[in-house]
Amino acid sequence: MIELSDIVNLGLFAAALRMATPIAFASIGGVFSERAGITNIGLEGMMLVSAFAGAATSYFTANPWLGVVAAVVAGALCGALHAIITVRFRGNQIVSGTGINLLAAGLTAYLCQIFWGSRGASASVQGLELVSIPLVKDLPIVGSIIGSHTPLVYMMLVVTILSHVMLFRTRLGLRIRAVGEHAAAADTAGIDVYRVKYISVIASGVLAGLGGVFLSLSHLNLFSWGMTGGRGFIALAAMIFGRWTPLGAFGASVLFGLADALQMRLQALGLLPPQIILMIPYILTVAVLAGVVRKAIPPSDYKPYVKE
Amino acid sequence: MKKLSENASNKNYEEPKETFGAILAQMKLSSLEILPTLLAIAAAFSAGAVLLLITGYSPIDAYGAMLIGAFGDKFGIGQTLTQATPIIFTGLAFLLASKSGLFNIGIEGQLIVGGFAAAIVGIYFEGLPAFIHVPLALLSGALAGGLWGLIPAILKTKLNAHEVITTMMLSYVASYLTSYLVNYPFKAPGWVAQTTTIAPSAELPRILWPTQLSVAIIIAFLLAIAIHYFLEKTKLGYEIRAVGFSPMVAENNGIDVNRKMILALVISGAIAGMGGAGEIMGVHRRFIDGFSPGYGWDGIAVALVGRLNPIGTIFVAILFGALRSGSMTMTRSVGVPLDIISMLQSLVIICTATPTVFEYFTKRRELK
Repeated sequence: MIELSDIVNLGLFAAALRMATPIAFASIGGVFSERAGITNIGLEGMMLVSAFAGAATSYFTANPWLGVVAAVVAGALCGALHAIITVRFRGNQIVSGTGINLLAAGLTAYLCQIFWGSRGASASVQGLELVSIPLVKDLPIVGSIIGSHTPLVYMMLVVTILSHVMLFRTRLGLRIRAVGEHAAAADTAGIDVYRVKYISVIASGVLAGLGGVFLSLSHLNLFSWGMTGGRGFIALAAMIFGRWTPLGAFGASVLFGLADALQMRLQALGLLPPQIILMIPYILTVAVLAGVVRKAIPPSDYKPYVKE
Repeated sequence: MKKLSENASNKNYEEPKETFGAILAQMKLSSLEILPTLLAIAAAFSAGAVLLLITGYSPIDAYGAMLIGAFGDKFGIGQTLTQATPIIFTGLAFLLASKSGLFNIGIEGQLIVGGFAAAIVGIYFEGLPAFIHVPLALLSGALAGGLWGLIPAILKTKLNAHEVITTMMLSYVASYLTSYLVNYPFKAPGWVAQTTTIAPSAELPRILWPTQLSVAIIIAFLLAIAIHYFLEKTKLGYEIRAVGFSPMVAENNGIDVNRKMILALVISGAIAGMGGAGEIMGVHRRFIDGFSPGYGWDGIAVALVGRLNPIGTIFVAILFGALRSGSMTMTRSVGVPLDIISMLQSLVIICTATPTVFEYFTKRRELK
């Protein structure tokens, strides 16, 4: 007999925070890009490339931290590609993002086959070790939820707060928002519009990269084909649900993380066919977009800006 | 002061004409645009050649094997056209939604549910004559795909949910839902996740023995011509394009923008669904879990590279069909992983996403 407490317990919330991590990273990445006026539907592909770069680097160097560095670099490169296409050449943002998603899927499968002889999955690699926070882990309730995690989970929490402060309390943040809201006015005020857009979109790639490497070096310790599973798109939904703010995006990501964690538990219990359970996060995403964000107003009109 | 800044903004922003739908709606196949398209394809293949070299393959061997595999003999050509068939459908599907300014990236899901519905009608409506059974199964596929497109259309127009995210999410749902159905209630005996075969009366006749090429390709060609006519010559087609060009202007001219968007996305889904039905009824003759290797994504690429022109889409679809059929030969004889083709496709998309690259370089030359 399966009790409700087998499904809903403190472990579930710890898992929710864990599964929120990749979504939150990518989602905050989306916030940066969109605040500067560039839609980034390539988050999914950027995560995937970074997950691969992380796994491959850890495989060849046996050092997962170098994997994290490689993932950040890969994410930055993807972001730079998106920025060059959309900012410099004013290419269509959605087409570019779709191209990046497809490129990521093809490239990672291709290289996976070359490195490990299988397009399905890599060999298992050295992942990041769990860390425990000394005093926090002994606290009741809170300790079991946030006391012991992979370093990327803590990094995500720090990034959330720093991003929020940066975006709303610093000059650079103000500039990013100004460029997205009214590029011409920002230009008149002496802001280098292109530069700010480049910085934001590359930052977006870096954050998506951290989200991606979480999947390959903290969650599964290998790379598998299409392992992002639409999380880049879920991150976009979280970004909208969170009203284009880092704290809001984090909150929404925890909700989606909870759905993901719940989905995994239900699968492990084997009560329903796995396909039915696997649909939960996607249906939830559609429901959230349909139900909650009716009045969401984007921070930008996402039009390409032409310097005079 | 306020007025001044408004003026400045007017000058700097490229007004509504720069919206996504407008750019896409403006795209027409003309001699001027064939050149950048060819350049984009050439650039993508060059980038692919570099990657082949880096990973230790000879691009000449690889592309040569691909070419021979795709066009070398009757079988190759048949395979190429067989692979091109679903891509023409998905390309047309993407094109139609784009004309109204909607980016339907969930075509894969609409294709899958269409294929499933056609299989069910093909299996369970026994005893019908073929001239009723075939259209019935095709239309069921279109209906299922259309319904799968209706959901994001309503969410978009009534609830402001972005279609890029909802169509993508519904694609995953379609894939898992049909996977469930074909693994449990509709599973044929045996270990493979597939249904039993459809009744012979629901099969689309094959036209080039021994390949699996079926009359679905003729339906695809006719559909392309019909869509071309629909968009260019009918009032409804014109209105859909007007919505894509500028929703605001369309609204001011008395066009019900939301209705047109819903209609465009439903037709788009229906075309994709019919493509899935054609694939099931012509090629597989049963629903197989994961039968589509990504035809929905191919369709997006094909429509974009074909500059959202139905006839251009046919040509590019045949090129992409050749990539798929030729890559099998390439993998067999040269050993290059099959995924090189999705990379080539994405590179073509990225190159076509940046039409101003060419402008940029030509202008630079002029300046020098």
